[in-house]
Amino acid sequence: MAKSAKKKANTNVIICGVGGQGIILASDVLCYGTSLAGFDVKKSEVHGMAQRGGSVITHVRFGDKVYSPLIAQGTADYILAFEKVEAMRYAHYLEKNGEMIVDNREIPPMSVLVGEAEYPADIDRRLTRMGKTYFIDATSVAADLGNIRVVNIVLLGVLSRFLRLKEKYWRDAIRKNVKEQFVDLNIQAFGRGRELAG
Amino acid sequence: MKSLLSGNEAVARGAWEAGCRVATAYPGTPSTEILENIIKYPEIDAEWSVNEKVALEVAAGASFAGARALVAMKHVGLNVAADPFFTMGYSGVTGGLVIVSADDPGMWSSQNEQDNRHYGRHAKVPILEPSDSNEARIFTKLAFDISEKFDTPVLLRLTTRICHSTCLTELGERKDIEVKGYVKDIKKRLVLPAHARALHLVVEERLKKIAAHSEVFRYNRIAWGKKTLGIITSGVAYQYAKEVFPDASVLKLSLTHPIPERMIRRFAKQVRKIVIVEEGDPVMETEIKAMGIKVTGKDKIPLCGELTPDVLKSSFSKKTKAPAKSSKVPPRPPVLCPGCPHRGVFYVVNKLKLVVTGDIGCYTLGALPPLSAMDTCVCMGASVTNAQGMEKALGKEFSKRLVAVLGDSTFFHSGITGLVNAVYNKGNLNLLILDNFTTAMTGHQPHPGTGRLARGERGRRIAPEDIARGCGVEMVKVVNPNDLAATESAFEQALEYDGVAVLVFRRPCALLVKPRPPYRIDPESCNGCRLCLRIGCPAISLVFPKEREKPLAVVDEALCVGCGLCVQLCQRNAIFLSRKSDG
Ligand code: SF4
Ligand code: SF4
Repeated sequence: MAKSAKKKANTNVIICGVGGQGIILASDVLCYGTSLAGFDVKKSEVHGMAQRGGSVITHVRFGDKVYSPLIAQGTADYILAFEKVEAMRYAHYLEKNGEMIVDNREIPPMSVLVGEAEYPADIDRRLTRMGKTYFIDATSVAADLGNIRVVNIVLLGVLSRFLRLKEKYWRDAIRKNVKEQFVDLNIQAFGRGRELAG
Repeated sequence: MKSLLSGNEAVARGAWEAGCRVATAYPGTPSTEILENIIKYPEIDAEWSVNEKVALEVAAGASFAGARALVAMKHVGLNVAADPFFTMGYSGVTGGLVIVSADDPGMWSSQNEQDNRHYGRHAKVPILEPSDSNEARIFTKLAFDISEKFDTPVLLRLTTRICHSTCLTELGERKDIEVKGYVKDIKKRLVLPAHARALHLVVEERLKKIAAHSEVFRYNRIAWGKKTLGIITSGVAYQYAKEVFPDASVLKLSLTHPIPERMIRRFAKQVRKIVIVEEGDPVMETEIKAMGIKVTGKDKIPLCGELTPDVLKSSFSKKTKAPAKSSKVPPRPPVLCPGCPHRGVFYVVNKLKLVVTGDIGCYTLGALPPLSAMDTCVCMGASVTNAQGMEKALGKEFSKRLVAVLGDSTFFHSGITGLVNAVYNKGNLNLLILDNFTTAMTGHQPHPGTGRLARGERGRRIAPEDIARGCGVEMVKVVNPNDLAATESAFEQALEYDGVAVLVFRRPCALLVKPRPPYRIDPESCNGCRLCLRIGCPAISLVFPKEREKPLAVVDEALCVGCGLCVQLCQRNAIFLSRKSDG
């Protein structure tokens, strides 16, 4: 699934999901890995209220020279989504030929739980219509590894097959950003993610 | 060597490199990580102060004694600290004094969108505005230098996208700057009318000197591009302007108050058209217009909300239509965590249909459905005082249906004065203090009620109930909010009580304790009555299996932390501990 080189200088990645899913850690690892590879990189994230189970989005941009830490709509090369509705919420950031990597996970928001809104039944189809979408069973892989929290690194493993960044940089970035006692587990999760990407 | 630092980490690093000795802050998004990172530098005496006014005054005291000092807060924190801020403009500094204000355009985690560049102007204090992390680090150091050179506090103004964006940043070494020591100088520091009259003249003179410095300040600079369009910009807006108008000439201002008039005129003469790209209010625009220069600014670029490359682009082009957003995506506002100790209190409030004056913290989320248990939220501490005012307007009977709710950290921040006021003025206040042993919303900072200091070392614990008793409150109770029956009966007693009543609901934040085994719902017993949904726990949802006539409540075991609150609601005993029964 490796992607052909693009003409434009910067690569734009949106990582989104639900507050508490480890999205910020995922973006830290990506950001650090790209810096090891010698790219200029910027990352923008949101702290505070949104982290209490709200919708969360992080922007990561890398290339020769990055000015804005924010990605403009319609220019994201990749969207890495930890939840389907969240993928849909930010799908308008996707570039025409961009690709979405979506965890096969549905987390109903409170508005759905209390019956004020519906979880879109045809969400897979709608996502596919908005851009090239890969549905990945990352949560079950993480559960398989015995810790559902590493779903973020499983998904990064998938993403790593799309980005042209040496595997070594990814591993170094994981080592740098996760607590020592979880390094092995996360490296394993990353490997499983790479396998998932086929 | 370059490192990846967020703007907040970079400010901390800059303070360390500048030889800063004392740092203070009250947590508030997006500023919190500044002090959290300063804590990592042992050379700096760092404290979480009880509020921003206190923080600024402590830092000012350190400056009086000749130490370099920094104080960090979110934009609304400067409202709290405004009193010393204005007067420090008069008395000036001995050790450099830097005040960091982190504004929140877009209100990601705030109650208003105030633009604190007005504050620098209002208090006649110079303002530095970095546009990325590396500048945040450099400008923090320059802020100390400017502070000492011109004998003034300096406002370092950040915004959410500076604080929480990460980029490659150079690192420098620490300059060892001696504490100058204290020399008595009452004409400068004892700001009574006779002295202040003289000081005001000094302040105006000083502003002229800084304005002259602004003309030669090396980070106020012009990058020439095409002369058909000239952009004047500052802060993160600079990055967006570079992205959207890559060919334009750009005057990037960094020392943005006082503005460099001559430099601006020089720039204006050489470009055909000027656009001011600034986020928030037309601050630079107003000043540049007053110079008689014709510019475009807020007539095109929105004043409200966050500025983004998209917003900037669409302000100037009719053609670029934004890609269609997906319709019908259910909203996902933040919620109280599974097992949050606040949930039980709000459930009871909702059940008793009380009027609630609210406050600022995680518990503000209790306002959202299904708990819907809050009527007002103004600013830190206002729950207490708003309630007293409502009672004054509507009488004692009304106060029997009225409670004020605030968290432990907020109580220490600015709830205590309101409590004293209510006792003194014979109010009938019912005050609920939600004591979860932390400042949760900003990421779990300690406060006086935790008995821990900034670096985790043991301090003296001050309990809210002791304060209440010390203020003369006789009806004080400490209650476990996860015990719904006890919570409800405490409410009844407080509401009936004549005079001020204080209930302290004590249970640690769910994120601070190890999760207990999850609960499960027995599909045989559950009749889909939805009672358990009333507490709004994100771990419980209602499903509609095809083979069943009635809906079924289910617990997501990955989310449930086993707090047991829902168990108390189910009339059919359908909710049980999964692990125990699994054996
Ligand atoms: S962080 Fe703590 S206080 Fe805040 S919502 Fe979660 S459990 Fe409640
Ligand atoms: S025990 Fe009930 S209320 Fe508590 S976290 Fe689990 S599902 Fe939510």
